[in-house]
Amino acid sequence: MSTTTSTPAARKPTSPGFRERVTNLPKAVKILLWVLFAIFLFLLPLLNIPFITTEGSDFGGVLFTVATYVLVALGLNIVVGYAGLLDLGYVGFYAIGAYTIGVLTSEHAHMSWVVVVPIAIVIAMISGIILGAPTLRVRGDYLAIVTLGFGEIVRLTLVNSEWLGGAQGISDIPKPPGFELFEVPSIDWSSGAPVVDLDTTSTFLKFGINDFVPYYWLALGIISLVLLFDILVKSSRVGRAWEATREDEDAAELMGVPTFRFKLLAFALGAAIGGLSGALFATKAGFISPDSFQLLLSILFLAAVVVGGAGNRWGVIVGAIVVSYFPERFREFADFRVLVFGLALMLLAIFRPQGLLPPRRTVRAKRADERQAVLEEGEASV
Amino acid sequence: MSDPTQPTSGDDPTAAAATPDPAGTSAGTSSVPVEPTGERALADPADEVTDINPEVDIAPEDIGVPVVSEGERLLEVDEVTLRFGGVVALNEVSFHINKGEILGLIGPNGAGKTTCFNVMTGVYQPTSGGVRYLGKPLGKRKKFQITKLGIARTFQNIRLFANMTALENVLVGVDAHHSTGVVSAMFRLPKHRREEAQGYARALELLTFMGLDGKADELARNLPYGDQRRLEIARALATSPQLLCLDEPAAGFNPAEKAKLMELIRTIRDQGYTVLLIEHDMKLVMGVTDRIVVLEFGRKIAEGSPAEIRDNPAVIAAYLGVDEEDAS
Ligand SMILES: Nc1ncnc2c1ncn2[C@@H]1O[C@H](COP(=O)(O)OP(=O)(O)O)[C@@H](O)[C@H]1O
Ligand SMILES: [Mg+2]
Repeated sequence: MSTTTSTPAARKPTSPGFRERVTNLPKAVKILLWVLFAIFLFLLPLLNIPFITTEGSDFGGVLFTVATYVLVALGLNIVVGYAGLLDLGYVGFYAIGAYTIGVLTSEHAHMSWVVVVPIAIVIAMISGIILGAPTLRVRGDYLAIVTLGFGEIVRLTLVNSEWLGGAQGISDIPKPPGFELFEVPSIDWSSGAPVVDLDTTSTFLKFGINDFVPYYWLALGIISLVLLFDILVKSSRVGRAWEATREDEDAAELMGVPTFRFKLLAFALGAAIGGLSGALFATKAGFISPDSFQLLLSILFLAAVVVGGAGNRWGVIVGAIVVSYFPERFREFADFRVLVFGLALMLLAIFRPQGLLPPRRTVRAKRADERQAVLEEGEASV
Repeated sequence: MSDPTQPTSGDDPTAAAATPDPAGTSAGTSSVPVEPTGERALADPADEVTDINPEVDIAPEDIGVPVVSEGERLLEVDEVTLRFGGVVALNEVSFHINKGEILGLIGPNGAGKTTCFNVMTGVYQPTSGGVRYLGKPLGKRKKFQITKLGIARTFQNIRLFANMTALENVLVGVDAHHSTGVVSAMFRLPKHRREEAQGYARALELLTFMGLDGKADELARNLPYGDQRRLEIARALATSPQLLCLDEPAAGFNPAEKAKLMELIRTIRDQGYTVLLIEHDMKLVMGVTDRIVVLEFGRKIAEGSPAEIRDNPAVIAAYLGVDEEDAS
């Protein structure tokens, strides 16, 4: 019997996609592009680029908010995108992270920010395990309902607990310790062309109350770390186990995947990242109250993941930017915000049901389906 | 009722995502006479890979369970009864599987064959009776624990991880005996690197053995039907099982493909596996199995060598009787 070997190259679609073109670049070019991109992100709040920069609100503050959403989306993507668990109460972990900061640095103790942030992460993670251990054993829709309840229970507990500040919340959360290494000038466009403005600067890294750019830098650094963590863990046995569980839980279990353990792991990691985001939020805001942790926020977080493309880390980043940046940029339409948002979601559901940037698997599958369709039409008569 | 492993439910999402295309599997190989069934073959030449590479060494790796010597009892099904409400799916069924043999489990539709697999792999707990593996009762072990002990299976309705690549599907199987966790992965510790390298090597071997190495990066759902069936076997083999359970692996194949598959099963056995084969087609099983167990309405009605089974009046009656019922 002869062995025919297929030639995968021959099956490649003729026009390479963006991803392929990027992958095919020489390594040095790739590194250079990444460095340039990182510098761009670092300077973004000071470039004051027309049109992109928000007029009404401080751009540094807006970018910080966008960054927290990105962080949240990365965390929630592990739960929803990788492990396929619908979590409607993610804001609960966000609140737990924020309140840990509030309680331990202001309300009941005055511990150092550097110490409290890891504590916030651990407490959020533990609450994720406590919530997940009994609920992840049941399938499907129950989890959505239980997590929805969890988010509300956390908020109501905050409202009703005097120890946690009650409805007034916690104020006077101290700034993280900074150090002043160098000043970064901004760009002034008032003359029509970019001019370096040496009078308006941001200090690296001084956490004040007027200039939010350093907070954005802090968030940017944390995002890079979380992103690296995400990439390393996803491309391992752990990531495969999550995917298999999402694809077919019974089959995964029968192939030796302890599915419950991996679901709980995804839940705990997601909760930890949610807690970290909340801690960042509280740090910059300086003041937190139960009102900051409404159910709507959970929905927005989930929207960021779904809009971007659950399962693709770059997709959910785009989703988070869309969900958090546009409402700030177009504040003049604030009254119609929810309407526009709803409309956009509907259009998205119709035209891009997998999200703006669906995971590679979906793209590949679609391409192969198209190829198959072409073949079946007989166009590939060799 | 709503258990997705219920084989009679045809709404398996994985199966739906798959492209059932029995013709596009091995029909491309020139030696196969094309059956005049009107089924179209896919014109894509890359879909033609069908022949296995039997010389590739895919022997099971040491997974830390006691190795039984050839001919000794590997698994015993002991008086197993399983009721679903009023339905008695298995009624005091007993049989055993010897190390190194190919045991056929046959019977008409609804006889309880798949249910028997489900009991052996921990999907269902028997109402009474039990399964002994390597001399010890399986008890209430979880599904993944049973897999780690060395019992692997395929599914009657294909249940691949549809949106993962062929290679990734097999890797999940190899991963069954790995222990890399978040910390190892995060810091790329030696354990992660060792297991990853070993896993890729074994997965590629298995794909090559199955003739699927050219399709390692294809999504499982995009593979032709026959390749999907083979990939399921590769994924099960990846867990290095002592006992490989195949649930109607030839379903949807044409006679030539079926014959090839039986050859494959024999090769797998020769590489050191014990095989339990469910097959609906009695003639097919006769050629490949060492012994056969026959079920009907949840009861074992016969057991013996293929020759004995062929002449057993109860078996003949069972098959004839049910075929008539099926026709109505
Ligand atoms: N989960 C279940 N709930 C109720 N009845 C079931 C279930 N699984 C199997 N059965 C019943 O058990 C009997 C045996 O089914 P099965 O093992 O699938 O047969 P086979 O694989 O031999 O065709 C059938 O009557 C089937 O309807
Ligand atoms: Mg069956």
